[in-house]
Formats: sequence, structure tokens, C-alpha cells
Amino acid sequence: MAADTSRSVAKAADGETTLAARGPSRTTAKNAGSPRGGLRRALATHWYAWTMAAPVVLVLGVIVGWPLVRGIYLSLTNANERNVARTIGVRHIDATYEFVGLDNYTEVLGDPVFWQRLVWTVVWTVACVSLTFVLGLTLATMLNRQFRGRAAYRMALILPWAVPGFVSVFAWRFLFNRDNGILNKVLDGGGISAIPWLDDPTWAKLSVIAVNVWLGIPFMMVALLGGLQSIPGELYEAAEMDGAGPWQRFRHITLPGLRAVSMTVILLSTIWTFNMFPVIFLLTRGGPGDSTEILVTQAFREAFIASPRDFAGSATWGVLILGLLMIFALVYRRSLRKQGEVW
Amino acid sequence: MTVTTNETQAARPRGSRSPLASFALHATLVVASVIAVFPVLWILLTSLKPAKYAITTDFVKEPTLSNYSHLLEDSHFLSWFWNSVLVAGVTTVLGVFIAATTGYAVSRFKFPGMKPLMWTLLITQMFPMAILIVPLYNLMGDLGLLNQPLGLIITYLTIAVPFCAWMMKGFFDTIPVEIDESGRVDGLNPFGTFWRLILPLAKPGLAVTGFYAFITAWGEVAYASAFMVGEENLTLAGGLQTFVTQYTSNWGAMSAASVLIAIPAAVFFLFAQRHLVAGMTAGATKG
Repeated sequence: MAADTSRSVAKAADGETTLAARGPSRTTAKNAGSPRGGLRRALATHWYAWTMAAPVVLVLGVIVGWPLVRGIYLSLTNANERNVARTIGVRHIDATYEFVGLDNYTEVLGDPVFWQRLVWTVVWTVACVSLTFVLGLTLATMLNRQFRGRAAYRMALILPWAVPGFVSVFAWRFLFNRDNGILNKVLDGGGISAIPWLDDPTWAKLSVIAVNVWLGIPFMMVALLGGLQSIPGELYEAAEMDGAGPWQRFRHITLPGLRAVSMTVILLSTIWTFNMFPVIFLLTRGGPGDSTEILVTQAFREAFIASPRDFAGSATWGVLILGLLMIFALVYRRSLRKQGEVW
Repeated sequence: MTVTTNETQAARPRGSRSPLASFALHATLVVASVIAVFPVLWILLTSLKPAKYAITTDFVKEPTLSNYSHLLEDSHFLSWFWNSVLVAGVTTVLGVFIAATTGYAVSRFKFPGMKPLMWTLLITQMFPMAILIVPLYNLMGDLGLLNQPLGLIITYLTIAVPFCAWMMKGFFDTIPVEIDESGRVDGLNPFGTFWRLILPLAKPGLAVTGFYAFITAWGEVAYASAFMVGEENLTLAGGLQTFVTQYTSNWGAMSAASVLIAIPAAVFFLFAQRHLVAGMTAGATKG
């Protein structure tokens, strides 16, 4: 079973276009005795499902599969702004870039910059996800109780999620402003000297994490609150009768009851955070220097900010990021399966 | 903070909380709420101050709407807004339309190729834009679609389609299979069942999925920054960046624009949020 799933992951990676073709061929293999009859039978049984799935498979094949294949190809060339096909006025210039094999990969992997970015990206992801989860769970457990004003607190705490992300990030940039931001003015009023929120590498790292946690808590909180409400209250009553303390009840009822939801939201927020482009790009542009640059913003920088624009380099970073995420998803799934989850 | 949680954790009978615990609960929630609301509130207040006072710490100072009139009259805000509405709106409609039947198929049928399809949908969602952005950029360049809303719409479909299919599977899963069965008994084929019975029932789910796709496209930054250049062609995400560059900071206009972008989104959102989470986690946990 495990082997089977890992196979489908690997397949999904090498292009969605083959998906439609894969179904019948697999069925054929199953009914090895009469391949043609098997295929016909499969078509007769499944053609509804295949027809319904076809639009997505086609669209993804064209606008995701093809660019993906092309991206992987670009990462094996030396394409940049100067040698790709382009049109200047009415004159069309053909592409002159060449296939260079794995040169880009050896270059990127041999460069300490990649490893620095990777370490910071992992630190950033782990810090953001764990803080968001712990704080989200804390707030969710609090909101799960009966008390006056609950709806108002809930509304207030969800607000950061309701505002488009890029707007919030600009709001924070305004608050963080070194000379005129409200945070430093308040500190100044308390006699504390201004903090260079976005101008010092360490503070900038703390600032981007803080903003991302601020942005991420509402989703986490609402999802976990939903999970908490689905845990039957009788369990708590029974446990209390048996003399279990609050911590024991939390540990043995709440946490196991939240497993399915937690696993999902942790997976989702890990992927989102790993790829979180806007927070870093809009708050610090990867700076000061390159101290807050994560892998995704680095890939963007290679293709759209660096001069000359390095398309092949950017594609290489992209492929490496995708590879890392797929390994992560695979390991995550494995570990869940070991613990008996069906996901 | 964690200690408070642990102690106040379980659902004790009402009224058994000590005054101290009650105080700690409210104190924590008040602090958290202030942190959550303050940045948004502060931008709202700033937008109502004359631009020259934007960076003062006074909560209210000579309230005026001058930032708004300046924004609407002297900037390209309205064209950015229109571009964003156009791009996000068309993306949403197309995304929901393309993904609806697939969401139904993966929810109801077990067919060869379903597992890889589910995996593809999941993996496509975790695609960093980094892997697709360069090929799509070159492709749009070749097709002359850079700086065109259509180019951005096609690009956003790469995000919206797998996402919508995934969400809708979650919603279709919540509709009892008995309804399909009764449709089949009455002689409907699967398309008929889907179209006549399930789709009308799934309307709230479709609306939520569409809404989610809309705000995702509405808030997208990377593709919008790379593909759209030139003042009038920007979407809101790109336009807002022009107010606060490395050298100039027009905080007055920025705050007014932020409010105009955020308020409609926030109002909608606060109505829809319950369903948003239900749909997403349902799709993912049962996937």
C-alpha cells in the first residue's frame, strides 16, 4: 500500500497530462487476462467519472503541467533575459540559450547562499507554524467556554484574517516605521530607545515572524474551535467523575480529539508558510541585505529583480523548492500512516 | 499563557469558575483582541487624518475625508480596483465552473485514476509560484498577454482550479449519498443527478468556494507584481506598493486605499467565515 502511494506521488510530479491515460491502462493491467475486454468494461463503468474529471485534468495539464515541464527544462538551460526569444517592436529575436545539464543545480547547491536561505526558511516555517498553533489552540480553548462577550472576542480575533493580506502587511509596515511608526513612538514615550524593526537583521526576522503569526492565528483558531466543538461534552464529564484534573483532561481528551483537525491545519499552514511570499516581499523585500530572504522570494528575485534576469536560475530554485515540499508531504503522510491515520 | 489554558481548559459546569480564573480569561482575550484589531483600526484612523498628520500618535486629529478624495481623484486607484475586480471575478467564475463536476466525481465515484488525481490537486496547491512563474511569464510574453488582465486570469486559474475542486469535494461529501441514489432510481444518469439534485443543494458550498477563490485572487501579490507593469495596468496589490516605495511614503493615500480595499472584503468575510473553515478542513481531513 505504501509503495503504491509513493508511486502515485512520483507520477503526479512528472506531469498531469498523463493522468487521463493512466486510468484505463491501470485497469488493463489488472485484468491481464483479457486486456481489451477489461478496458471496455472500465470505460463502461467509469466513463461518467472520467468525463466529469476531464475539465480539471485538461486545464491543469495545459496551464500547470506544461509550464511545469517547461520550468524543469529551463532549469537545465542557461536561459536569461538576454538570450530568450523576445520581440522588440516588430523584430522577433529567436532564443539562443543552450542546454547545460545539471550545471545550475551544482551551482546552486554548491553555493552557501542556498543553504543559508534553506536554514532560515526552515526556522521561519517552524517558528511561525508552532507559534501560530500554540497561540491558536490557546485562544480556541478559551473561546470554547461559555462566558459573556464570547461572540465579540471571536469577531475581534478573526479580523486579521478578514483583511486582505497585502493590506495588513502594509499596515504593519506603517506601524514598524523606524522614525515615525507608532510602535517606536510608544516605546519612546516609555523612555525606551527606538527599535530598528525592519532595519536590523535580527529584529527584521522577529518582525516578519510576528506579522505572519498575527496573520495566521485566526484561521488556526477557527479551525481548532470547530474541532473542539465536535468533541462530545460527556467525555469531559466522565473524566471529571473519574477524578481527572484539567491538565489530564486536556492531554487525554482534547488533544486526541483534535488530532484530525490539527494534522490538517499543521500541514496546510506549513505549506503556506514555506511559500509565504507577500509577507516577506512586502514587509522587508528580503532585507535588510538579504537576511529575511526565504527560498520563494529568492526565486522571485532571480527572475524579476536581479539584473540580468536569470530565468534558468529561478527555475532551478523553483524545482528545488517543489522537491523539498514533496519530500515533506511524503514524510508527513508516512508518519501519519504509522500512527494509524487513514489520510 | 499556556498555564492559563491548561487550568481553565475543560468544560466545567457553568458558574464554577473562580473570579481569578475569570479575570485571567478576560484579560488574556482583551489583550489578544487589541493586538488583533489595533493595526487595522490604526490604519482606519490614519486614513481620516489630514495627510500631514499621518504619522502622529493622536487617535483623532482634525478628521477629514481629504485622503479619500485625493486617492480617488489624483491616483489610478479606480483603475486598479477595476482590474482587481475583473481579474478576481472572472477567475472565480471560471474556477468554480471548471472544477464543479470534478469535485463531484471525486466525492462520489471510485474510479481508476482518482487517487493520483487527488494527489495532483493536493500537490498543485502546494506548488510554490516559484516553479511556474518563469515559464508562465515567458508564455504570456509570447502570447502578448503580459500586462493584460486575461494573462493574469489564466495564471490565477492554476491556483483556483485545484483549490476549488478540493473545496467542492468537501462540500459534496456533506450531501447524503441517498439523494444520488433516489435520483438514480428515478432514472437520472449521473450528470442528471449532479445537475438537477446535487448542484442546487450545493449552492452554499459553491458560493463559499467561489468567495474563497475570489479573495485568494484579490490578495495575490507575486504574479501581479511580476506580470503587470505601468501605473494603469496594476491590480490593487501592485498599486498599493506604489504608495510606499523605498524613497517616498504617501501614508495618507496608502491608509485610505487600504480601508477601501479591506472594508468590503472584511464585511463579506465575517459573514462567510464559519463555512470557509468547515469546507476547507472537511475537504482535507476526509481527502
